[in-house]
Order: sequence, then structure tokens, then C-alpha cells
Amino acid sequence: MKSATTAPGDVTSFSLGLALPLGLAFAIFFVLPLAQLFYLSLHNDTAATVWGLGQYIKFLTDPFSLAVLGSTLLLGAEVTLACLVLGYPIAWLYQRSGSRVQTLIIMIVLLPLLTSVVVRTFAWIVILGRQGIINSVLQSLGLIGTPLRMIYTQGGLIAALAQVQMPLMVLPLITAIGRIDPNLSDASASLGAGSWRTFVKVMLPLSMPGIIAGCTLTYAAAITAFITQSLVGGGQMLFMPMYLYQQASTLQNWPFAAAISIIFLFAVLAIVALFSTLGRRARGYGDAR
Amino acid sequence: MASVSEAKSLVLDRITHRFASGTMAVSDINLDVKGGEIIALLGPSGCGKTTLLRIIAGFIGQSEGRVIIGNDVVDALPPNRRAVGIVFQNYALFPHLSISENVGYGLAARGVDKATRAKEAQRLLDMVQLGPFGERLPRQLSGGQQQRVALARALAIKPSILLLDEPFAALDKNLRLDMQIEVKRLQRMAGTTTLIVTHDQEEALSMADRVAVLSHGHLEQFGTPSEIYDQPQTLFVNSFVGTANKMKGVVVATDASGAKVALEAGGEIIARAPKPVSASDKVTVCLRPEHLTFVTDDTGFAGEIGMALPLGATVVHEIKAKDGTSIKISQARTGGTPLREAGTPVRVAPLAPGLATVFPE
Repeated sequence: MKSATTAPGDVTSFSLGLALPLGLAFAIFFVLPLAQLFYLSLHNDTAATVWGLGQYIKFLTDPFSLAVLGSTLLLGAEVTLACLVLGYPIAWLYQRSGSRVQTLIIMIVLLPLLTSVVVRTFAWIVILGRQGIINSVLQSLGLIGTPLRMIYTQGGLIAALAQVQMPLMVLPLITAIGRIDPNLSDASASLGAGSWRTFVKVMLPLSMPGIIAGCTLTYAAAITAFITQSLVGGGQMLFMPMYLYQQASTLQNWPFAAAISIIFLFAVLAIVALFSTLGRRARGYGDAR
Repeated sequence: MASVSEAKSLVLDRITHRFASGTMAVSDINLDVKGGEIIALLGPSGCGKTTLLRIIAGFIGQSEGRVIIGNDVVDALPPNRRAVGIVFQNYALFPHLSISENVGYGLAARGVDKATRAKEAQRLLDMVQLGPFGERLPRQLSGGQQQRVALARALAIKPSILLLDEPFAALDKNLRLDMQIEVKRLQRMAGTTTLIVTHDQEEALSMADRVAVLSHGHLEQFGTPSEIYDQPQTLFVNSFVGTANKMKGVVVATDASGAKVALEAGGEIIARAPKPVSASDKVTVCLRPEHLTFVTDDTGFAGEIGMALPLGATVVHEIKAKDGTSIKISQARTGGTPLREAGTPVRVAPLAPGLATVFPE
């Protein structure tokens, strides 16, 4: 007997079963643990027997926890800003280069992604350390007497994170800038605008979709970069991923760790939502060709 | 008109440009454009006309020669200080700015205050008959409307020279004619010296006061549309502008009025010689299809009808000459114009001796 009766080509007529494997994987490995995490966070004691909002109240009334959240969100903003300021000129250069230089730029930008995160992070330790490359060069040149402290500082951490996240910023920017009609800057110049005016009035607004996309990706990646944060940041600086890890693994306080996760998740979602709202407003004209 | 007398002249003085790769883009171009004139730069793609336009606008610095606008040599000025208005082929309107802001952009760059800017933008939009569209975005307008906005935007800065880069190429045929008339009207109103870059000969001949024909970076001829069409100076101009039948031959004799040429297809033709030729030179004779007629005497050359094409108002016959050359002859269609059967033997000659043109090979 024939079972299929709907017209061919109708997408909805295809069996939803095709989506089942991915759907199941999502449900089992993502939705379920998240639900479990949420369930766990709604308990007041470490053994998870007493229901209550105690963990959330504890976090939101604890200045230390709030400071960790604040510094994590701030770290993300700083890394994003660094990536934007450094990445925009790279994307700009890419669009104005010949194909050979373009390949080179892409290679350099993608290189961090092709290296293991641990290797990459240790490389930064070697570069930034007390006896690291920068310090020994500066010392041998006689520019500094005592080694500068760069490792285990916010600045060092931002540099390391910015390098790793750079592709996430540069690639969307390259796409966005590449979609801008090159005649527009010529038109602007012929109408009497100098290059700065052309950049601010034409190029920047039209590359806004790329800026928003790049910032969202960079931000989300920077604040959750557990390994880089821990190794380059060291013990003195505590960020949300490490805080969470300590609560879960060292202190075995699973409900509190779960509550941290949920709060962190929503904080990040709020910021991503903010970016995408800005993005949608920017896209109002940015998509016009 | 007062504005016309203020219009600036444009002189291209021995402009030569080589690309970084060493390719010659334009070579030794001299053009003398009077204030208020419309000039067409006509040529096939790759002839250097767009390079020339970009040199005038200042986007490319020429290798040699000078660009003189009015009394000033502008070679040292960047594009934003040349006051040259451009309408780009794709219009290049700023997609994120309203129509009114697009038109006022050049004034904003000159530090004109917002109220004056809006008023001036409105005046220009009224002039291009887009008065009510100021608040819209460019993508909400049709192609013809966008082009008028681009024109208004370029005219807003009161440019000394207006450059139009293939301005009608993106429009469909009916709209194109309307826009050509519109642009010519606006140009007359503003009195701005205008250069149109085009590969469309009809556009060039109908719009321009004078036409500069370019080929491979060389200026082939610079003259009025009728000079270009009726007295082509080179073989390229003769075959690129209008249609031309080309026939090979050898010069038999020359005199003040031209040259007598023995065609390879048999027969002899008297032709005008814009470039000097002398007896026994191998030459190419150009004959426009509308300058040929069927004859019953023994002038001209013989052939047989290949095909008859009734094209509405004209009838075109394709003729195979004795040496195999395919010749087209076009006649106005009157009530009695018969279509001739394929294979009919005929004789064809120019309507008058001066209508054939001979070029040395």
C-alpha cells in the first residue's frame, strides 16, 4: 500500500523523522542537562533536598559574587572593544588588497583557530612572563630595569583573549565591508567629503551589521574562555567560568554552581539580545544593496 | 543665460595614463571642451573612456599631461576639492540615507546648515520631479527615479563639470529615451559643462554637442555628431559609428576630390579620402548601407541577392559580391519597393561619389 499521498516538493510532506537524530541529540545532551541544571539550582542545600530560591538570593545579595559577574562582563566588553579597534583596520586592509595579500591576511587571522587552545595560551605565558620574550627584549635594549608585570594582569589577559577571538570579529567585518559598493566612497569624495567624513558618514554605518555580528561572537567567546582566563589571568583574577568550576568541583556545592550557571546564562543572553536589537536596527539600511 | 556664461571649460592636455602593470590605458588625449557643452566619450569597452573620466574626477592620477578646469590646472587637487559632479552607472546612492539626505550630502560636506540644506535638496528634487519623495530610502525608488536623484545630488554642489558614466545603460529602452531628454533639459537649465561616457552611439549622437570617439586609448576623432557620422576620419570611426560595408581594393588614381579605387569584387568606385592615399595603395572602402542603391548601368559593382529583410520602415538586402564579401544595402520602404528574390543578379553603386570613404590599410 502507498502511504505517501501529499504532493512532491511540499517541504512539510517530508517526514519529520529526518530531523529526529539531531533533535534527539539536542534534547538529550543540551535541553535535558539545562533543565536538570535549572532543577538543581532551585534547592537551598548542597544535597539538593530542600526546595527554594536561596541560591539565587545568595548570589544576588553577595557583593563578591556580583563583583565576579561584573568583572566578567567588563572583561568581555574590553576584549570586544580591543578586537573591534584592531580588527576593523585588518578587515579594511583585506578589502583593499590584492588576492595574494588577502590570502596572507586570512591565514594570519585564522592561525589562532588552528592551534590548540592550551598551546596557544602557554605561548602567551612565554611571551608575557617575567623572563618572557617581551621583558628580555626590553631589558637587553636597556629600556627597562626590572621586568614589567604583564602576565596575570587584566591587560595581558585582554591581549591573549583578543588574539584568540580576532577571527570571530574580522570574518564578519570582511563580509560586511566587502558588500559595500566601492563607488559609494568615490561618490562621497566627489561630493566634497574628506576621507574621515566618508568613513564616519558612509563606511561605518554601512558596516554596522558586521560590527554587531562580530561583537556578539567575540563577546560570547571571550567571557566563556575558561582555559585562557585561568592560565593567563592566574589566581588573582576570578571570572565566572572559574568561579563556577570552583563551586562545582572544589566545594561540591552543586546547587549554587547551577544557580551561577543560570544567572551567567541570562546575563549573556541579555547582552546578546541587546547586540541583536542594535543589529536589527542597523540592518534596516545595512542590507540595502 | 547667465549661468551658461559662468560654465567652466575643460581642457585635457596630452593626457597619457599607464596602469601599474604597464598597460597603456589612454595615450596622448587632447580635448578642448567649451563651457556649457555636452560632450560624449564614445567607444567600446576597454577603450579608456572610463579611465579618462576617473582622471578628470581625480580618482586616478594620470601619468602625463594636465587637466584644466576653467583657468585652473587641477592635477594636484584630490577628488573632494575638484567640484566635479559624477553620476555613476549604478547611481551609487547612499543606501542608508534618505533621498533628501542623499541630495544634501555634498552641501553637508561643505558645512551648509541643516535648514538651508533641506531647502536646497527640496528645490533640486522638485527640479527632477521627485518633490514628494524626499523622505524615502533609495531602494524604495525605481531605477529611473534613482538616476534622477543621483543627478540632483551631483548638481547640488553646483559642479564646474558634470560627469555621467554610462548613465542610461541600466534603464530599459523606453525609459532611456525619456531620461535622455530629461538629462539634456536639466543640463540646459543648469548650464553645466557635461561629459557623458557611453558605448552607445545613438546616445552619443543624440545627446552630445560634440562626440569624442576613442579606441584602444587613442582619440580617433572629435567632432560634431554629423561630422562623426558623415565624415569619419578613420576606419574605426566609420565602422563603430553607424554600420559600414567594408570592401578591399587598390587605388587606381587620385585627384583633389578623392581616389578612384578598383575593388577586388570587380568594378571601380570613386571615394572620399580623409587620409592621403596614392596610386597602387591597398585600401579599404567603407560604404554605409543607406548610401547604396541598385543601378542598371555599369557603375558600381556586381553581385547577387543573398537575402531580403523587410525591417518595417526600411528594407535591407544582403548581397554577395563577386569576391564573396557580404554587402548590406538599406532602402527606405515606399509603396513600390520590391523585395528581390535570392540569387537575382544585381549591380550596386553609391548614391553619390563622395559617400564612399577610402582608408589606407
